[in-house]
Amino acid sequence: MSENKIEIRNLYKTFGKKKVLDGVDLDVKKGESLVVIGGSGTGKSVLIKCIQGLLIPDSGSIKIDDEEVVGSHKDIHHKMGMLFQGAALFDSLSVWENVAFRLVENSSVSRSEARMEAIRVLRQVGLAPDVADLSPAELSGGMQKRVGLARAIISKPEIIFFDEPTTGLDPIMADVINDLIIESARGLGATTLTITHDMASARKIADRIAMLYQGKIIWTGTVKEMDKSDNPYLKQFINGRSHGPIAVEV
Amino acid sequence: MGGKKIRSFLQALGRPIVSFVINTGYFTRFVAVSVYNCFMPPFYLKLFGKQFLNMGFYSLPVVGLTTLFAGMVIAIQTYSGISKYGAESVVATVVLISVTRELAPVLSALMVAGRIGAAMAAEIGTMRVTEQIDALVTLSANPYRYLIAPRVWAGLIVMPLLVLFGDIIGIFGGYVVSIYKLDFNPANYINNTMNNLQLIDVTTGVVKACVFGFIIAIMGCYHGYRSKGGAQGVGEATTNAVVSSSILILIFNYLITEIIFSR
Repeated sequence: MSENKIEIRNLYKTFGKKKVLDGVDLDVKKGESLVVIGGSGTGKSVLIKCIQGLLIPDSGSIKIDDEEVVGSHKDIHHKMGMLFQGAALFDSLSVWENVAFRLVENSSVSRSEARMEAIRVLRQVGLAPDVADLSPAELSGGMQKRVGLARAIISKPEIIFFDEPTTGLDPIMADVINDLIIESARGLGATTLTITHDMASARKIADRIAMLYQGKIIWTGTVKEMDKSDNPYLKQFINGRSHGPIAVEV
Repeated sequence: MGGKKIRSFLQALGRPIVSFVINTGYFTRFVAVSVYNCFMPPFYLKLFGKQFLNMGFYSLPVVGLTTLFAGMVIAIQTYSGISKYGAESVVATVVLISVTRELAPVLSALMVAGRIGAAMAAEIGTMRVTEQIDALVTLSANPYRYLIAPRVWAGLIVMPLLVLFGDIIGIFGGYVVSIYKLDFNPANYINNTMNNLQLIDVTTGVVKACVFGFIIAIMGCYHGYRSKGGAQGVGEATTNAVVSSSILILIFNYLITEIIFSR
């Protein structure tokens, strides 16, 4: 058994003429929190969607627990949870039905038991039980993210994906979400893969950071290594400078 | 120079053809996968019930009004066109045949396409652009079974029921005009209607309704499912769903009529 939970080799994905992933190689170790950073449009979301089978890569290999998932029809989603950028809550369902969706649809748990469990997990992410019967549209952005997190962790997944978890939140709420991500991942002992361009968030939640640029992973290392690195692309990105080797497409 | 012009002409010609072939391929695959998943468990009965109510019960007023006025108009037109030849008794038969064979199925389907096809495209389109469909997949739910199958089943089952309802209301519309405006004898009118009522007229309407219900649901779902690019994309999907299902309804109406009656 390899010590890697996720192993990505030579991953390619193009949309029309645009090469989005151009030979990505990336390993995520078991129990590790890996953060992929990179500018907008560098293919971070495409990478995460390829791993989850939401997009089919043109070529390359993705292994989860040493099992190839590209081209496989096996359901791997029971191992995974995902917090979407806009929370992606089902607006036709109430908050608790969103959180307990997997329990209600895929297991023999009764609705009342599922509701109790949803309320317990909502409490875990800092939401009072009285939000359970509200509609997602009645919640603020930060609360929606919490509900999305509750939905991602309720089935105790082995891998959790976070797609820009702090985008659109104020700095304090962003930090609250970061703390919740760390707590819930530690609590479950889960492997997490986060994509973000929020460096404060990346520093806080990452065991290891990988930088994606022009469809390739150009640097990986810990936060400490990142601060010492001489890589000009990485330096420009983490310091948020408009001048440097990364050309900004206007 | 000439070669360049020919090349750009061929490119301009080829691009829409390639795009048409690609879209036809996507659509055919979508229909095949949807139909397959309509027969595969799990069946979401609660979602089917919701669609059934939405598409059926809440469409009753609009279908009722449409067919009522259609029946009334046909009665007046037939009378004014044929009365010269002293053939008023034909009015009941013409109302019966035109309502059951054509007006109730086609007009009801067009109204439902506008009401429900658009709503399906908008709802599924919004779910697509807000990543709710991706969320369904990550939660191990098959979007074809969860979103599309209940809508397709509702379309197939609801439309025939709506058309039967429309048949009754449409014939009633013709009756009302004939009795209160054209001074026909009510008993004669009802007799004429009952004597000329044939199973083929009603079954034609019901067969058409099944096909139209399928078209409305599948076009609404398809355009919603493939929408992209935020609010504008959802708007386009809604328009495309209504326009394409309306056109297909008219084409299939002709084809079914041709198959059944051109003997």
